[in-house]
Amino acid sequence: MNLQEFFAMGGYAFYVWTSYGICFVVLLANIVLPILQRKQFLRQLALKQKRQNP
Amino acid sequence: MFLIPDSVGRFFHRMASPPHFYAFTEKLLPWLTGIFLILLACGLYGGLYLAPPDYQQGDSYRIIYIHVPSAWMSLFIYMMMAVAGAIGLIWRIKLAEIVAISSASVGASFTFIALVTGSLWGKPMWGTWWVWDARLTSELILLFLYLGVIGLYNAIDDKRTASKAVAILALVGVVNIPIIHYSVEWWNTLHQGPTVTKMDKPSIHVSMLVPLLLMALAFKFYYVIAMLQRAKLELLQRERTANWVKKLIEEQK
Repeated sequence: MNLQEFFAMGGYAFYVWTSYGICFVVLLANIVLPILQRKQFLRQLALKQKRQNP
Repeated sequence: MFLIPDSVGRFFHRMASPPHFYAFTEKLLPWLTGIFLILLACGLYGGLYLAPPDYQQGDSYRIIYIHVPSAWMSLFIYMMMAVAGAIGLIWRIKLAEIVAISSASVGASFTFIALVTGSLWGKPMWGTWWVWDARLTSELILLFLYLGVIGLYNAIDDKRTASKAVAILALVGVVNIPIIHYSVEWWNTLHQGPTVTKMDKPSIHVSMLVPLLLMALAFKFYYVIAMLQRAKLELLQRERTANWVKKLIEEQK
């Protein structure tokens, strides 16, 4: 099986790769978003702490 | 409680303390992520490359490797959420409340993936994106239950009260779980019956079954990773005034 055949998925490329793509994006977002939100939250807390006792 | 060994009891007792939980997850997450990536790579390689095309469905059946594990996870995570919610409700353990609500968004994601990939599989095989049959409709209700849990939690400012309300909603919604599972047997549906969890012998070839089980295991690890990431955020937000959080910020500078 060559690469072209692999990506063609026997004619079902659209359905198969869209499924995997959506799955990948949703699962990645579930990891990345909480990490970014946590970093932002910690930064805000640090700023607040600095303002209260400089 | 006398059935549980002392060391296990001590472990859970320690884990119920927020700073301990936070530090422990920091140490645990790289390992979990490593195992997850290995399982995922093996599962995808086996499913997309090694496994032969289906004799009826051709290559379109390869959607199974994300569709079925996602659907399993949508039910599994719901049960985890309901059990954690019940523990939080009965013993008022803060960490259980956090695990419950952190599971909700991951569960909703898997339910969404199961529905969308099912639709993308149904179009070429059944000739339709959607039918209002028992399996599909009950799974859609599961998505609404998850969204209801998340919405209710965000609507109540006091997070301890919010957790109580959410736990009750989650427990009431448990009634939907056996309905989803048995829907393909109780009603005539377009959705195919179970092929893997049949009691006698799974009617799926081993070259297709192994990648499927690998993906299912990978998704279990993914759930723990995503849930813990969300739990860390949730914990910091709830404990923002606690001393251990202040110390954490000072250490980061």
